[in-house]
Amino acid sequence: MNVIPLTAFDLLLTSLAVIFLALLSLPLRLEMASQIVVAALRTTVQLLLIGFILKWLFTSAGPGWIAVLSIFMLLNAGCEVSRRQKRKFKGLWGFGIGTLSMFLTSFPMVIFTLTVVINNQPWYEPRYAIPLLGMLLGNTMNGVSLGFDRLLHNVWQQRQIIENRLMLGETWFEALTEIRRESIRSGLMPTINAMMAAGIVSLPGMMTGQILAGSPPLEAVKYQIMIMFLIGSGSGFGTIAAVSLGARRLFDSRQRLHLERLT
Amino acid sequence: MPKLTVKGLIYHHFGPFDLIIEEGETVSLSGSSGAGKSLLLRALADIDPHDGEVLLNGESCQSWSAPEWRRRVALLPAESQWWHDTVGEHFQGSLAQEMLEVMGFDGNVMSWSITRLSSGEKQRLAILRLLQNKPKVLLLDEPTANLDPESSKRVENLFLNYQHKHGTAILWVTHDFEQGRRLGGRHYRIENGQLDLIASGDKP
Repeated sequence: MNVIPLTAFDLLLTSLAVIFLALLSLPLRLEMASQIVVAALRTTVQLLLIGFILKWLFTSAGPGWIAVLSIFMLLNAGCEVSRRQKRKFKGLWGFGIGTLSMFLTSFPMVIFTLTVVINNQPWYEPRYAIPLLGMLLGNTMNGVSLGFDRLLHNVWQQRQIIENRLMLGETWFEALTEIRRESIRSGLMPTINAMMAAGIVSLPGMMTGQILAGSPPLEAVKYQIMIMFLIGSGSGFGTIAAVSLGARRLFDSRQRLHLERLT
Repeated sequence: MPKLTVKGLIYHHFGPFDLIIEEGETVSLSGSSGAGKSLLLRALADIDPHDGEVLLNGESCQSWSAPEWRRRVALLPAESQWWHDTVGEHFQGSLAQEMLEVMGFDGNVMSWSITRLSSGEKQRLAILRLLQNKPKVLLLDEPTANLDPESSKRVENLFLNYQHKHGTAILWVTHDFEQGRRLGGRHYRIENGQLDLIASGDKP
């Protein structure tokens, strides 16, 4: 059993739907027509590009190139995290903290899964490594950017409360208890919701893809369950790391709040 | 031994200031808005970065952790903040009935919701909350600005009683010259980055 190949004409047909949406947005004054077109074009170009890269990686590239692509994906996720904040850290702190948190959580989890769970030879075989890392990074990135955004927004708004708590002799850690908790929760919600809805509301993309490509449904489902565990816990750990590091960066060694470190 | 010693304190672009407040002494401070009164208190409580030395009983601010310092050198901000739902959650353990009564509250106040408090009630509760830390130095930023005359007197008396019992050094920012006189002690005016003694008061 094999997947029916799509032609360029098939893709053109489905793109008509996007073009129609862009046209519809004009009379609705959504002012998104160009964004929709740009997004569709970016999807096409970026995915074709990664398709070619993967094709080359699968056939001829060694572990060095797999590492390069992994770092490239990580750095892009880091940029995306800092781009999505309304309030940002000045300088490279937002990018640095986001990237570090995702690196510390996603990479060990992917390596563990490849070496212990899937136990492939060699363990870095790109057909498994790259999609796994991509799914984990994508979800962790969402969690980290949501958690970060909530943290910086709340600290900005609750400056007086935080400082009053410091004046009463609370540590910076105590003074941020509720804000930190709420930020981590908001970063975790999407993946928890995805796990809740999996199979009854939504059919996760990876599983659907495997089934389309001819895998037996139960094999696809087992992979999907593993992925859900990985992205659920991975994005949780990543969010906790990013919110904790970000919270620390807001205070100096004498536990004073420094909002001028944000823009 | 002096309680609070300030040597060459510089914060933002104010100072350098020197000031000594003895044990049990009240120093009042006035000045136009923007003259740096509140910022001075924030620097003393180590909420804002500053240069120069601040010492408590001869020991530098740096020799304590920041939270320990702020418990000893306690700042009462002009506007108090409340972050939990009820009054009681902002207090550690229970509060002596007598303290509540002095401030005109009954025992039920701890279960009150924050949303029903008036600004005067908030201020009086904020004072009780601060005194729970048993501070050695009090930095008060216009503590009676929102209060009616009767509550103002109550607050003044509460602070003076606390001071009498514990030998607290008090730096009291006030707009009200009469209040400065009532408090006794030295009165400083902060103007153009200068700290001027305008009344030497009666020695404690």
